[in-house]
Amino acid sequence: MANRISDDIIEYVGILAKLELSGQEREQARRDMEEMLCYIDKLNELDTSGVEPMSHVFQVQNVFREDVVTNGDGGQETLCNAPEQKDGMFVVPKTFV
Amino acid sequence: MEMGFATAVELATAIQQGKTTAVEAMEAVLARIGETEELYNCYVTVDRERALQKAEAVQKRIQAGEPAGPLAGVPVAIKDNLHVAGLPTTCSSRILASYRPTFSAEAVRRLEQAGAVVVGKTNMDEFAMGSTTETSAWGVTRNPWNPGHVPGGSSGGSAAAVAAGECFLALGSDTGGSVRQPASHCGVVGMKPTYGTVSRYGLVAYGSSLDQVGPLARTVEDCAAVLEVIAARDEKDSTSLAREDTDFTKALVQDVQGMRIGIPRDYFGQGLDEEVKEAVLEAAALLGQQGALVEEFDLDLVDYAVPAYYTIAAAEASSNLERFDGVKYGYRAAEAEELHQMYKRTRSRGFGPEVKRRIMLGSFVLSAGYYDAYYLKALKVKAMIKAAFDQAFARYDCIVSPVAPTTAPGLGESLQDPLRMYLGDIYTVSANLAGLPAISLPCGVDQKGLPIGLQLMGDCFQEKKLLRVAYTYGQLTQDKMPAGIPGQFVQGAKTVSCPKDQIEKAAVAEAHAPGKGGM
Repeated sequence: MANRISDDIIEYVGILAKLELSGQEREQARRDMEEMLCYIDKLNELDTSGVEPMSHVFQVQNVFREDVVTNGDGGQETLCNAPEQKDGMFVVPKTFV
Repeated sequence: MEMGFATAVELATAIQQGKTTAVEAMEAVLARIGETEELYNCYVTVDRERALQKAEAVQKRIQAGEPAGPLAGVPVAIKDNLHVAGLPTTCSSRILASYRPTFSAEAVRRLEQAGAVVVGKTNMDEFAMGSTTETSAWGVTRNPWNPGHVPGGSSGGSAAAVAAGECFLALGSDTGGSVRQPASHCGVVGMKPTYGTVSRYGLVAYGSSLDQVGPLARTVEDCAAVLEVIAARDEKDSTSLAREDTDFTKALVQDVQGMRIGIPRDYFGQGLDEEVKEAVLEAAALLGQQGALVEEFDLDLVDYAVPAYYTIAAAEASSNLERFDGVKYGYRAAEAEELHQMYKRTRSRGFGPEVKRRIMLGSFVLSAGYYDAYYLKALKVKAMIKAAFDQAFARYDCIVSPVAPTTAPGLGESLQDPLRMYLGDIYTVSANLAGLPAISLPCGVDQKGLPIGLQLMGDCFQEKKLLRVAYTYGQLTQDKMPAGIPGQFVQGAKTVSCPKDQIEKAAVAEAHAPGKGGM
């Protein structure tokens, strides 16, 4: 069970999670994840063959509606929350280096 | 009128009858906040001016004889993950410190339409991840019954505010017990409705398949009154349901004759505090004396609920929290050279340790190669747990259990061992996995003087049965169970300066220089 989470896995999960971890944080993250996965492994005691995974408790279907605008133009208000904006657009750092 | 710890329904009636006014009620609450908030820290934001203006507007409607709504003039607190247009939403996280939503959550809109007046936004565990309100970026909330203890979580600010008399009602959100458990720890009533009963529009998503908005109140009547107002189909939430049986206050009948009540044996074993166990079993026995048919039974799969829950909740959280990337709102790390670095730095500095822990776990269980073994497995176990409850509810109208294994832990006791903290959710997470309604209400006080909670769970759409049992129990025990902190009452309205008026500025300032926050 120990060391199931290798350096490579932590690196990969960090990329997926978009988190930058320092050395100490990585070690802590690895320990926390090991411990949780050990615990979650309890689910393997159950035979789930033939059981349909349930993502939703009720039988819900996609809901469609006409594509009609019902709210006003909140563009400027929305942009006010942006860390950086210019000419009615969000500004981000360079996307290519 | 002596407002003190009056119920919301009593207050609404008094305002309607002209015995007091919406403005006086708000002033009383703001005065109380001025007295106790510095110690308890229930709120992240209190907007005194807005609250008094809104109260005045409601009072004008009443005086003009216009229909002002069933909760007209009642001061209500809103958990800081539900949007209130005009007030910041921070989710008690640095990453959202400067965010001001442009719209209100549907549940909030409906409450305001019913005449309730928002006092402010309550403290919570960061992004609702935690069971103590200690993962908040804005400091801990203290339990009004004993400030050395946590109020529970994640809706700890809402529960503590109701208990402390800093509001008459509150909204919280419940993903794995986050309304019921703090209600239990603070000696108030909290309810999670059937999934889909209350719109999630304007609720910042944590685990979308599990999240429900629910009321926290001093009494079962107040709880039913709020639920009746906020339960409605909403086109803006595709998972919200069209229900016709939302006249919940009709269920407030003192009669449990012939109701079948099950006690799951597995909920009363190892790990359950003896005083909590006794109080809950005593409550069940009291219902038996009133003519309910109470019996023990075996509920399957009890030990699998917490691991299934944390797998699913973490997976959904990792996906839902992708949106916090420093582009459209909230905090952005300053010195990034390119976009991806900006995302990573913003998130690493903006999120606290518990949130990062769950995002990492969620990203892992959803990743290629592990998806089937963890995430899919958990969804299958969820189906089995749902089936076990279906079986139980074929025999019982409701299931009685503790809300939490212990009363409120001391400050700082829980966070050192996250796994142990997660295990404390054993009695509450199943209702979320299976979409069931559940209510938490006070059933005693332990030797430390901390409140003990009783949980009633029902089958989907059976809120009325729960409210009937809860109301009956509440009526039978109301003399023994003080609503609010014993011995403390607000002495009418008086103007006291509110130090929390400044909190928003402080929060924003702090967010622009976030601490390191380890994993």
